[in-house]
Amino acid sequence: MHSMYSGINISQTDARPMYLQIMEQIRARVAAGDWPSGKELPSIRALAAALSVSVITVKRAYLDLENDGVIVTRHGKGSFVADINGLAGELQEEKLDEHLTAVAALGQQLGLSEEELATRLRRAIRNVDKK
Amino acid sequence: MTQTKHIEMRNVRKAFRFFTLEDLSLDLEPGQIMGLVGPNGAGKSTTIRLLTGLLAPDAGEVRVLGHVMPDNQAVAKRDIGFVSDEMRLFGHATLEWHMQFIASIYAGWDEQYARTLVKRFNLHAKQNVSGLSSGEHVKAVLLLALARRPRLLILDEPTSGLDPVARHELLSEFMDVLRDEDRSILFSSHNTVDVERISDRIAFIDRGRLIDSSDKEDFLERWRRIQLQLPAGAAMPELPHVVSRVQDGQFVTLTTNQYSPDLISFLGAGVREVQRMSLEEIFVANVMHHRELRGS
Repeated sequence: MHSMYSGINISQTDARPMYLQIMEQIRARVAAGDWPSGKELPSIRALAAALSVSVITVKRAYLDLENDGVIVTRHGKGSFVADINGLAGELQEEKLDEHLTAVAALGQQLGLSEEELATRLRRAIRNVDKK
Repeated sequence: MTQTKHIEMRNVRKAFRFFTLEDLSLDLEPGQIMGLVGPNGAGKSTTIRLLTGLLAPDAGEVRVLGHVMPDNQAVAKRDIGFVSDEMRLFGHATLEWHMQFIASIYAGWDEQYARTLVKRFNLHAKQNVSGLSSGEHVKAVLLLALARRPRLLILDEPTSGLDPVARHELLSEFMDVLRDEDRSILFSSHNTVDVERISDRIAFIDRGRLIDSSDKEDFLERWRRIQLQLPAGAAMPELPHVVSRVQDGQFVTLTTNQYSPDLISFLGAGVREVQRMSLEEIFVANVMHHRELRGS
Protein backbone atom coordinates (compact mmCIF):
# COMPACT_ATOMS: atom_id res chain seq x y z
CA MET A 1 0.00 0.00 0.00
CA HIS A 2 3.04 2.24 0.16
CA SER A 3 4.14 1.70 -3.39
CA MET A 4 2.52 4.80 -4.88
CA TYR A 5 4.90 7.36 -3.37
CA SER A 6 7.57 5.05 -2.07
CA GLY A 7 10.25 7.27 -3.62
CA ILE A 8 9.78 9.89 -0.93
CA ASN A 9 11.67 9.07 2.23
CA ILE A 10 11.57 10.61 5.66
CA SER A 11 14.53 10.30 7.95
CA GLN A 12 14.16 11.02 11.63
CA THR A 13 17.90 11.24 12.12
CA ASP A 14 18.17 13.93 9.46
CA ALA A 15 18.69 17.28 11.21
CA ARG A 16 16.21 18.94 8.84
CA PRO A 17 12.58 18.88 9.93
CA MET A 18 10.33 16.36 8.20
CA TYR A 19 8.32 18.97 6.30
CA LEU A 20 11.52 20.32 4.68
CA GLN A 21 12.55 16.80 3.64
CA ILE A 22 9.19 16.36 1.92
CA MET A 23 9.48 19.77 0.23
CA GLU A 24 12.95 19.06 -1.11
CA GLN A 25 12.00 15.69 -2.56
CA ILE A 26 8.92 17.12 -4.29
CA ARG A 27 10.98 20.05 -5.62
CA ALA A 28 13.55 17.62 -7.02
CA ARG A 29 10.82 15.69 -8.88
CA VAL A 30 9.36 18.88 -10.31
CA ALA A 31 12.78 20.22 -11.33
CA ALA A 32 13.68 16.92 -13.00
CA GLY A 33 10.46 17.00 -14.98
CA ASP A 34 9.24 13.70 -13.48
CA TRP A 35 6.30 15.65 -12.12
CA PRO A 36 5.22 17.94 -15.00
CA SER A 37 3.21 21.11 -14.50
CA GLY A 38 -0.46 20.37 -13.96
CA LYS A 39 0.24 16.95 -12.42
CA GLU A 40 -1.98 16.29 -9.45
CA LEU A 41 -0.17 15.69 -6.17
CA PRO A 42 -1.38 13.05 -3.72
CA SER A 43 -3.87 14.46 -1.23
CA ILE A 44 -2.41 15.58 2.08
CA ARG A 45 -4.03 12.69 3.93
CA ALA A 46 -2.98 10.11 1.36
CA LEU A 47 0.66 11.22 1.43
CA ALA A 48 0.64 11.39 5.24
CA ALA A 49 -0.69 7.84 5.38
CA ALA A 50 1.81 6.58 2.80
CA LEU A 51 4.78 8.12 4.61
CA SER A 52 3.42 7.44 8.14
CA VAL A 53 3.90 11.06 9.10
CA SER A 54 1.34 13.41 10.59
CA VAL A 55 -1.15 15.28 8.45
CA ILE A 56 0.07 18.59 9.86
CA THR A 57 3.61 17.89 8.60
CA VAL A 58 2.46 17.29 5.01
CA LYS A 59 0.10 20.28 5.24
CA ARG A 60 3.03 22.50 6.24
CA ALA A 61 5.13 21.20 3.31
CA TYR A 62 2.32 21.82 0.78
CA LEU A 63 1.63 25.30 2.18
CA ASP A 64 5.29 26.31 1.88
CA LEU A 65 5.56 24.79 -1.62
CA GLU A 66 2.52 26.82 -2.60
CA ASN A 67 4.00 30.03 -1.19
CA ASP A 68 7.17 29.30 -3.18
CA GLY A 69 5.09 28.90 -6.34
CA VAL A 70 6.03 25.24 -6.86
CA ILE A 71 2.48 23.94 -6.49
CA VAL A 72 -1.00 25.41 -6.72
CA THR A 73 -3.84 24.32 -4.48
CA ARG A 74 -7.38 24.59 -5.73
CA HIS A 75 -9.82 24.51 -2.87
CA GLY A 76 -11.69 21.23 -2.81
CA LYS A 77 -9.93 19.96 -5.93
CA GLY A 78 -6.44 19.19 -4.74
CA SER A 79 -2.88 20.34 -5.33
CA PHE A 80 -1.12 20.50 -8.69
CA VAL A 81 2.39 21.17 -9.91
CA ALA A 82 2.50 24.84 -10.94
CA ASP A 83 3.58 26.16 -14.32
CA ILE A 84 7.31 26.42 -13.66
CA ASN A 85 7.96 28.97 -16.41
CA GLY A 86 6.10 31.48 -14.29
CA LEU A 87 3.54 32.02 -17.04
CA ALA A 88 0.13 32.76 -15.63
CA GLY A 89 -1.22 29.31 -16.26
CA GLU A 90 -4.79 28.22 -16.23
CA LEU A 91 -4.61 27.54 -12.50
CA GLN A 92 -3.36 31.01 -11.64
CA GLU A 93 -6.00 32.58 -13.89
CA GLU A 94 -8.63 30.67 -11.96
CA LYS A 95 -7.17 31.87 -8.70
CA LEU A 96 -7.26 35.47 -9.96
CA ASP A 97 -10.93 35.12 -10.88
CA GLU A 98 -11.66 33.69 -7.45
CA HIS A 99 -10.03 36.68 -5.76
CA LEU A 100 -11.76 39.17 -8.08
CA THR A 101 -15.14 37.62 -7.31
CA ALA A 102 -14.40 37.99 -3.61
CA VAL A 103 -13.36 41.63 -4.16
CA ALA A 104 -16.56 42.35 -6.08
CA ALA A 105 -18.65 40.84 -3.28
CA LEU A 106 -16.81 42.88 -0.63
CA GLY A 107 -17.22 46.06 -2.71
CA GLN A 108 -20.95 45.43 -2.89
CA GLN A 109 -21.14 44.92 0.88
CA LEU A 110 -19.36 48.24 1.40
CA GLY A 111 -21.71 49.92 -1.11
CA LEU A 112 -18.92 50.94 -3.51
CA SER A 113 -19.77 51.81 -7.09
CA GLU A 114 -17.99 50.09 -9.98
CA GLU A 115 -15.92 53.22 -10.56
CA GLU A 116 -14.94 53.53 -6.90
CA LEU A 117 -13.87 49.88 -6.86
CA ALA A 118 -11.83 50.36 -10.04
CA THR A 119 -10.11 53.40 -8.45
CA ARG A 120 -9.19 51.29 -5.45
CA LEU A 121 -7.79 48.58 -7.74
CA ARG A 122 -5.67 51.13 -9.65
CA ARG A 123 -4.34 52.42 -6.32
CA ALA A 124 -3.42 48.85 -5.32
CA ILE A 125 -1.61 48.36 -8.64
CA ARG A 126 0.43 51.53 -8.06
CA ASN A 127 1.34 50.29 -4.56
CA VAL A 128 2.56 46.97 -6.00
CA ASP A 129 4.59 48.84 -8.65
CA LYS A 130 6.30 50.95 -5.95
CA LYS A 131 7.55 47.78 -4.29
CA MET B 1 -18.86 24.93 9.86
CA THR B 2 -18.22 24.00 13.47
CA GLN B 3 -17.72 20.30 14.03
CA THR B 4 -18.16 18.58 17.35
CA LYS B 5 -14.80 18.21 19.03
CA HIS B 6 -13.87 14.59 19.52
CA ILE B 7 -12.39 15.32 22.92
CA GLU B 8 -13.15 18.27 25.15
CA MET B 9 -11.80 18.37 28.70
CA ARG B 10 -12.38 21.55 30.70
CA ASN B 11 -10.56 22.25 33.99
CA VAL B 12 -10.78 18.63 35.02
CA ARG B 13 -9.73 17.60 38.50
CA LYS B 14 -9.43 14.12 39.88
CA ALA B 15 -7.89 13.53 43.29
CA PHE B 16 -6.50 10.32 44.72
CA ARG B 17 -4.76 9.82 48.01
CA PHE B 18 -1.24 10.27 46.63
CA PHE B 19 -1.89 11.84 43.26
CA THR B 20 -4.07 14.63 41.87
CA LEU B 21 -4.82 15.47 38.29
CA GLU B 22 -5.34 19.21 38.35
CA ASP B 23 -6.99 21.72 36.02
CA LEU B 24 -6.58 19.63 32.88
CA SER B 25 -7.99 21.09 29.64
CA LEU B 26 -7.55 19.27 26.33
CA ASP B 27 -9.14 19.47 22.87
CA LEU B 28 -8.98 17.08 19.97
CA GLU B 29 -10.54 17.98 16.60
CA PRO B 30 -11.81 15.40 14.10
CA GLY B 31 -9.14 14.21 11.67
CA GLN B 32 -6.27 14.70 14.07
CA ILE B 33 -3.85 12.53 15.99
CA MET B 34 -2.90 13.71 19.45
CA GLY B 35 0.08 12.36 21.32
CA LEU B 36 -0.22 12.49 25.10
CA VAL B 37 3.32 12.45 26.40
CA GLY B 38 4.46 12.24 29.98
CA PRO B 39 6.83 10.41 32.32
CA ASN B 40 5.57 7.39 34.24
CA GLY B 41 3.05 8.48 36.85
CA ALA B 42 2.32 11.80 35.12
CA GLY B 43 -1.41 11.14 34.81
CA LYS B 44 -1.68 9.69 31.29
CA SER B 45 -3.67 6.64 32.35
CA THR B 46 -5.91 8.68 34.67
CA THR B 47 -6.67 11.02 31.74
CA ILE B 48 -7.55 8.05 29.56
CA ARG B 49 -9.76 6.50 32.26
CA LEU B 50 -11.66 9.79 32.50
CA LEU B 51 -12.11 9.80 28.71
CA THR B 52 -13.34 6.22 28.60
CA GLY B 53 -15.82 6.68 31.46
CA LEU B 54 -13.95 4.43 33.89
CA LEU B 55 -13.52 7.39 36.25
CA ALA B 56 -15.73 10.40 37.00
CA PRO B 57 -14.07 13.81 37.43
CA ASP B 58 -14.27 15.54 40.84
CA ALA B 59 -14.58 18.88 39.05
CA GLY B 60 -14.66 20.16 35.49
CA GLU B 61 -16.20 18.63 32.40
CA VAL B 62 -15.28 15.72 30.12
CA ARG B 63 -16.97 15.42 26.72
CA VAL B 64 -16.16 12.73 24.17
CA LEU B 65 -17.70 12.97 20.68
CA GLY B 66 -20.04 15.56 22.21
CA HIS B 67 -21.26 13.24 25.00
CA VAL B 68 -20.77 14.10 28.67
CA MET B 69 -18.66 11.46 30.39
CA PRO B 70 -19.19 9.32 32.31
CA ASP B 71 -23.00 9.96 32.30
CA ASN B 72 -23.51 9.26 28.59
CA GLN B 73 -20.76 6.72 28.17
CA ALA B 74 -23.07 4.01 26.82
CA VAL B 75 -23.79 6.11 23.71
CA ALA B 76 -20.26 7.49 23.38
CA LYS B 77 -18.63 4.06 23.58
CA ARG B 78 -20.30 2.86 20.39
CA ASP B 79 -17.91 5.17 18.57
CA ILE B 80 -14.84 4.82 20.77
CA GLY B 81 -12.23 2.15 20.22
CA PHE B 82 -10.04 1.69 23.27
CA VAL B 83 -6.81 -0.29 23.32
CA SER B 84 -4.50 -0.65 26.27
CA ASP B 85 -1.46 -2.87 26.59
CA GLU B 86 -3.05 -4.26 29.76
CA MET B 87 -5.99 -5.74 27.85
CA ARG B 88 -6.13 -9.51 27.81
CA LEU B 89 -8.17 -11.60 25.41
CA PHE B 90 -9.55 -15.02 26.39
CA GLY B 91 -6.60 -17.36 26.08
CA HIS B 92 -8.65 -20.50 25.45
CA ALA B 93 -10.56 -18.93 22.54
CA THR B 94 -9.43 -18.23 18.98
CA LEU B 95 -9.09 -14.84 17.31
CA GLU B 96 -12.02 -15.93 15.10
CA TRP B 97 -14.19 -16.39 18.20
CA HIS B 98 -13.25 -12.91 19.45
CA MET B 99 -14.04 -11.38 16.06
CA GLN B 100 -17.51 -12.96 16.02
CA PHE B 101 -18.08 -11.88 19.60
CA ILE B 102 -17.23 -8.21 18.90
CA ALA B 103 -19.19 -8.31 15.62
CA SER B 104 -22.29 -9.43 17.54
CA ILE B 105 -22.05 -6.43 19.89
CA TYR B 106 -21.10 -3.60 17.54
CA ALA B 107 -23.22 -2.72 14.52
CA GLY B 108 -20.33 -0.91 12.83
CA TRP B 109 -18.18 -4.07 12.56
CA ASP B 110 -16.48 -4.23 9.15
CA GLU B 111 -15.89 -7.91 8.41
CA GLN B 112 -13.96 -7.30 5.20
CA TYR B 113 -11.60 -4.84 6.90
CA ALA B 114 -11.14 -7.32 9.77
CA ARG B 115 -10.08 -10.02 7.25
CA THR B 116 -7.68 -7.54 5.58
CA LEU B 117 -6.12 -6.72 8.95
CA VAL B 118 -5.70 -10.41 9.83
CA LYS B 119 -3.60 -10.77 6.67
CA ARG B 120 -1.71 -7.47 7.07
CA PHE B 121 -0.81 -8.26 10.68
CA ASN B 122 0.11 -11.80 9.69
CA LEU B 123 -2.25 -13.30 12.28
CA HIS B 124 -4.18 -16.56 12.07
CA ALA B 125 -7.90 -16.44 12.84
CA LYS B 126 -8.02 -20.10 13.94
CA GLN B 127 -5.15 -19.79 16.40
CA ASN B 128 -5.84 -19.85 20.13
CA VAL B 129 -5.03 -16.50 21.74
CA SER B 130 -2.84 -18.22 24.35
CA GLY B 131 -0.42 -19.11 21.53
CA LEU B 132 0.17 -15.50 20.46
CA SER B 133 3.41 -13.63 21.14
CA SER B 134 3.03 -10.35 23.04
CA GLY B 135 3.38 -8.38 19.80
CA GLU B 136 0.73 -10.52 18.11
CA HIS B 137 -1.53 -10.08 21.13
CA VAL B 138 -1.36 -6.26 20.84
CA LYS B 139 -2.07 -6.52 17.12
CA ALA B 140 -5.08 -8.78 17.79
CA VAL B 141 -6.52 -6.33 20.34
CA LEU B 142 -5.95 -3.46 17.94
CA LEU B 143 -7.58 -5.38 15.08
CA LEU B 144 -10.70 -5.91 17.18
CA ALA B 145 -10.87 -2.16 17.87
CA LEU B 146 -10.04 -1.00 14.32
CA ALA B 147 -12.55 -3.26 12.56
CA ARG B 148 -15.37 -1.62 14.50
CA ARG B 149 -14.46 1.55 12.57
CA PRO B 150 -14.73 3.78 15.65
CA ARG B 151 -14.62 7.55 15.13
CA LEU B 152 -12.25 7.97 18.04
CA LEU B 153 -9.42 5.59 18.87
CA ILE B 154 -7.92 5.88 22.34
CA LEU B 155 -4.67 3.99 22.67
CA ASP B 156 -2.81 3.62 25.94
CA GLU B 157 0.88 2.99 25.25
CA PRO B 158 0.05 1.04 22.09
CA THR B 159 3.60 0.54 20.87
CA SER B 160 5.39 -0.13 24.15
CA GLY B 161 7.09 -3.50 24.23
CA LEU B 162 6.81 -4.03 20.47
CA ASP B 163 9.67 -4.79 18.15
CA PRO B 164 10.49 -2.16 15.46
CA VAL B 165 8.75 -4.08 12.66
CA ALA B 166 5.50 -4.52 14.62
CA ARG B 167 5.66 -0.84 15.65
CA HIS B 168 6.02 0.18 12.02
CA GLU B 169 3.01 -1.94 11.04
CA LEU B 170 0.91 -0.40 13.80
CA LEU B 171 1.87 3.19 12.98
CA SER B 172 1.04 2.61 9.30
CA GLU B 173 -2.35 1.30 10.33
CA PHE B 174 -2.99 4.35 12.55
CA MET B 175 -2.19 6.65 9.64
CA ASP B 176 -4.49 4.65 7.41
CA VAL B 177 -7.37 5.34 9.81
CA LEU B 178 -6.67 9.06 9.42
CA ARG B 179 -7.29 9.00 5.67
CA ASP B 180 -10.85 9.58 6.78
CA GLU B 181 -11.17 13.18 7.98
CA ASP B 182 -13.86 12.40 10.52
CA ARG B 183 -11.77 9.99 12.57
CA SER B 184 -9.24 10.82 15.22
CA ILE B 185 -6.76 9.17 17.54
CA LEU B 186 -5.49 9.96 21.00
CA PHE B 187 -2.49 7.93 22.03
CA SER B 188 -0.38 8.05 25.12
CA SER B 189 3.26 7.17 24.93
CA HIS B 190 6.65 7.87 26.29
CA ASN B 191 8.13 6.91 22.93
CA THR B 192 8.65 10.43 21.61
CA VAL B 193 10.00 9.17 18.26
CA ASP B 194 6.61 7.65 17.38
CA VAL B 195 4.77 10.71 18.69
CA GLU B 196 6.99 13.09 16.72
CA ARG B 197 6.38 11.18 13.55
CA ILE B 198 2.60 10.76 13.47
CA SER B 199 1.03 13.35 15.82
CA ASP B 200 -0.64 16.55 14.70
CA ARG B 201 -1.04 17.81 18.23
CA ILE B 202 1.04 17.12 21.29
CA ALA B 203 0.19 17.50 24.96
CA PHE B 204 2.90 17.18 27.60
CA ILE B 205 1.80 16.27 31.10
CA ASP B 206 3.88 15.96 34.23
CA ARG B 207 2.90 15.37 37.87
CA GLY B 208 -0.80 15.67 37.20
CA ARG B 209 -0.68 18.89 35.19
CA LEU B 210 -0.74 19.82 31.55
CA ILE B 211 2.52 21.70 31.02
CA ASP B 212 2.27 22.48 27.31
CA SER B 213 0.02 21.66 24.40
CA SER B 214 0.15 22.76 20.76
CA ASP B 215 0.52 21.75 17.13
CA LYS B 216 3.57 19.58 16.65
CA GLU B 217 5.09 21.83 13.98
CA ASP B 218 4.63 24.77 16.33
CA PHE B 219 6.58 22.96 19.07
CA LEU B 220 9.41 22.12 16.72
CA GLU B 221 9.56 25.71 15.40
CA ARG B 222 9.53 27.40 18.80
CA TRP B 223 12.32 25.46 20.52
CA ARG B 224 16.01 25.91 19.74
CA ARG B 225 19.35 25.34 21.41
CA ILE B 226 21.77 28.20 20.82
CA GLN B 227 25.53 27.92 21.32
CA LEU B 228 27.18 31.24 22.12
CA GLN B 229 30.72 32.43 22.65
CA LEU B 230 30.89 35.61 24.70
CA PRO B 231 33.70 38.15 24.25
CA ALA B 232 36.29 37.69 27.03
CA GLY B 233 35.08 39.31 30.27
CA ALA B 234 31.60 40.08 28.91
CA ALA B 235 28.54 39.23 30.96
CA MET B 236 25.65 37.29 29.50
CA PRO B 237 22.73 39.67 28.84
CA GLU B 238 19.37 38.86 30.43
CA LEU B 239 17.01 37.49 27.81
CA PRO B 240 13.32 36.63 27.84
CA HIS B 241 12.04 33.12 26.97
CA VAL B 242 15.24 31.37 28.01
CA VAL B 243 14.27 28.05 29.50
CA SER B 244 17.73 26.97 30.48
CA ARG B 245 21.21 28.40 30.40
CA VAL B 246 24.45 26.56 30.96
CA GLN B 247 27.69 28.54 31.05
CA ASP B 248 31.23 27.20 30.86
CA GLY B 249 33.69 30.11 30.78
CA GLN B 250 33.00 32.07 27.62
CA PHE B 251 30.78 29.34 26.22
CA VAL B 252 27.04 29.46 26.84
CA THR B 253 24.29 27.08 25.79
CA LEU B 254 20.82 28.61 25.81
CA THR B 255 17.54 26.78 25.33
CA THR B 256 14.63 28.94 24.23
CA ASN B 257 10.95 28.14 23.76
CA GLN B 258 10.25 31.29 21.72
CA TYR B 259 12.81 31.18 18.94
CA SER B 260 12.84 33.92 16.32
CA PRO B 261 15.48 35.13 13.86
CA ASP B 262 15.35 38.46 15.77
CA LEU B 263 16.85 36.71 18.78
CA ILE B 264 19.84 35.64 16.69
CA SER B 265 20.43 39.10 15.26
CA PHE B 266 20.15 40.49 18.82
CA LEU B 267 22.79 38.06 20.06
CA GLY B 268 25.00 39.01 17.11
CA ALA B 269 28.43 37.69 16.27
CA GLY B 270 28.75 35.49 19.34
CA VAL B 271 26.32 32.90 17.96
CA ARG B 272 28.26 29.78 17.01
CA GLU B 273 25.39 27.45 16.28
CA VAL B 274 21.61 27.27 16.34
CA GLN B 275 20.26 23.75 16.71
CA ARG B 276 16.79 22.36 16.21
CA MET B 277 15.64 20.03 18.96
CA SER B 278 13.99 16.63 18.76
CA LEU B 279 10.64 16.21 20.46
CA GLU B 280 12.37 14.16 23.14
CA GLU B 281 14.79 16.99 23.93
CA ILE B 282 11.92 19.49 23.95
CA PHE B 283 9.93 17.23 26.24
CA VAL B 284 12.73 16.81 28.77
CA ALA B 285 13.64 20.53 28.75
CA ASN B 286 9.97 21.43 29.14
CA VAL B 287 9.44 19.09 32.10
CA MET B 288 12.59 20.26 33.87
CA HIS B 289 11.68 23.91 33.27
CA HIS B 290 8.19 23.49 34.72
CA ARG B 291 9.44 21.55 37.71
CA GLU B 292 11.85 24.42 38.38
CA LEU B 293 9.06 26.99 38.10
CA ARG B 294 6.97 25.02 40.58
CA GLY B 295 9.92 24.84 42.91
CA SER B 296 10.39 21.12 43.22
